[in-house]
Amino acid sequence: MNSETLNTLDTYSKNKYKYGFVTDIDNEKPKKGLDEDTIKFISLKKNEPDWMLEWRLKAFSKWKKMKEPKWANLNFPEIDYQDIYYYSAPKGFEKKPKDLSEVDPKLIETYNKLGIPLEEQKVLAGVAVDVVFDSVSVATTYKGELEKKLGIIFCSIGEAIQKHPDLIKKYLGSVIPAGDHSFSALNSAVFTDGSFVYIPEGVKCPMELSTYFRINAENTGQFERTLIIADKGSYVSYLEGCTAPKRDDNQLHAANVELVALDDAEIKYSTVQNWYPGDEYGKGGIYNFVTKRGLCAGKNSKISWTQVETGSAITWKYPSCILKGDNSIGEFYSVAITNNFQQADTGTKMTHIGKNTKSKIISKGISLGKSQNTYRGEVSFLRKADKARNYTQCDSLLVGNKCGAHTVPYIDSKNNTAVIEHEASTSKINEDQLYYCRQRGLSHEEAVSLIVNGFCKQVLQELPMEFAVEAQKTCIYFS
Amino acid sequence: MFLEIKDLSVKIENKNILRGLNLNINKGEVHAIMGPNGCGKSTLANVLAGKEDYEILNGKINFKDNDLFDLNIEERAQEGMFLAFQYPVEIPGVNITPFLHSAINSKRKRMNEEEIDNLSFAKLLKSKASDLGINIDMLKRSVNTGFSGGEKKRYEILQMSILNPDLAILDETDSGLDIDALKIVTEGVNKLKTKK
Repeated sequence: MNSETLNTLDTYSKNKYKYGFVTDIDNEKPKKGLDEDTIKFISLKKNEPDWMLEWRLKAFSKWKKMKEPKWANLNFPEIDYQDIYYYSAPKGFEKKPKDLSEVDPKLIETYNKLGIPLEEQKVLAGVAVDVVFDSVSVATTYKGELEKKLGIIFCSIGEAIQKHPDLIKKYLGSVIPAGDHSFSALNSAVFTDGSFVYIPEGVKCPMELSTYFRINAENTGQFERTLIIADKGSYVSYLEGCTAPKRDDNQLHAANVELVALDDAEIKYSTVQNWYPGDEYGKGGIYNFVTKRGLCAGKNSKISWTQVETGSAITWKYPSCILKGDNSIGEFYSVAITNNFQQADTGTKMTHIGKNTKSKIISKGISLGKSQNTYRGEVSFLRKADKARNYTQCDSLLVGNKCGAHTVPYIDSKNNTAVIEHEASTSKINEDQLYYCRQRGLSHEEAVSLIVNGFCKQVLQELPMEFAVEAQKTCIYFS
Repeated sequence: MFLEIKDLSVKIENKNILRGLNLNINKGEVHAIMGPNGCGKSTLANVLAGKEDYEILNGKINFKDNDLFDLNIEERAQEGMFLAFQYPVEIPGVNITPFLHSAINSKRKRMNEEEIDNLSFAKLLKSKASDLGINIDMLKRSVNTGFSGGEKKRYEILQMSILNPDLAILDETDSGLDIDALKIVTEGVNKLKTKK
């Protein structure tokens, strides 16, 4: 690595996180810390029915007996769960505003700054957005239109608990049981907002559905809960984005996302995660402990996860597929970029239960600075998974000589007709490639981004069009 | 003088490679530098292009009224220097079209010329490719990735004809070519020469 390359990297790592501003808005919080009262407070604020509160309290009693999973390749101080606010809402949010005229202009301004205009006519064509600020959903665009014309339900999870209790009772926690591990139990106890999607039988959702998560308040954890159900023969493409202000303290984000695809249904779930990663000395940043799991419940169903992970001080995330229906398909496409002192331990789990189930894993890890980037994956074939197949490809790119890339694949097969392919590579950004590009007249920066983009291309092309461009820019190191 | 090398001495990893080399080249001339393996031909090419692994012990190089050592790799390229590599490196996932398009525009920017738009560039690339007998399908692939030795060399010549350099350094571009490929390469070189 020559001096110029190091200089370029230095510039990148000092690059400012452009979403790091704070919105100055009065907010309403319970007391710090977590006990049954906190949960009752949240449930009351959300005006929830009793069964929901019971569900939360049950999860809480499970959580109290559990310990955080420690197997990941991550290093961080003990999280003090009593030093966190579990709920924060801008004042005056007792009820979700009916339309934008009731929303605090400061909030609208915040989203304009983030490039997410809330006025429907200005919204990206063909994308419906649910916007979550700290613990509450601020606005959901195109909601009426989708519901009236097609019967698609797209709303905040809080609203769904009120209006669609049957669906919630049936599916919430059906893919990620509250007692799965400590973060899922925590989320089940204190989740605040997130999105709910139901696509009726045979309906192909005509626009991208999207949720934009923003953490604003200090010392506040965000515990989002998302549930997407695609009924028989339906299709939906969903995208989430996230940002947070720069703060010196670490903040906790522990989300649960559950997907259910019934017979012949398809869900495409894309994430561009850009939480505040901490500064160049490793101070601050979001702890991102996320559980995402999809159940291909029906035959011929398909769930596809695409993620671009660039933010967070710590990323602990394994979007998974349970391939229960015969002929069902699970896919995982991931780009994880870590810089400075960021740590990412991310990957997927593909559980083959049904016959002829197929899964595909494409993971690209890029490490810069002093960061550590781990791919962790588990592919398992249960006894009845006849003729199931998996293809896994893990590539790591190291930039600089102080970072690390690790690949930890587990494979477990109880069926001898299963076919498994695994390819892995680790490479360094190559001085010869840079020399070649620069000899053609490209600047050092252009050359680096070209090579990094080339490396990620296979994954980026899976993103919906509108976001692929944004993600590509993000991949050129957050600039 | 177009290119003037004066008393050039170069070292790499404690080994003296060039010792007091002098060479003057005028516009429109074709020079062949010959010598046994390891005598420093590629070293000279790389020192001209600006590769940073070498230690310049002594000497001066003037290129188009610039002190060459004041310019970095990309500035030399933008000033019209082109090196056809002996072993072109593979760049997976990077398509030739945007790659060369950015390259030509960075050169134009330096020359204060208007940038060339997507459509005109695509046309230019296609016409140059067909001049050199390069299959259009090859343009859809990533730079040098999975190319045979001959394909890589032809590809270098294609890039040369697009970038239209003032000084082209061909580092053993003829090695490893079959008769047909050799013909394509030499025609490419001649075309570039007669245009000046």
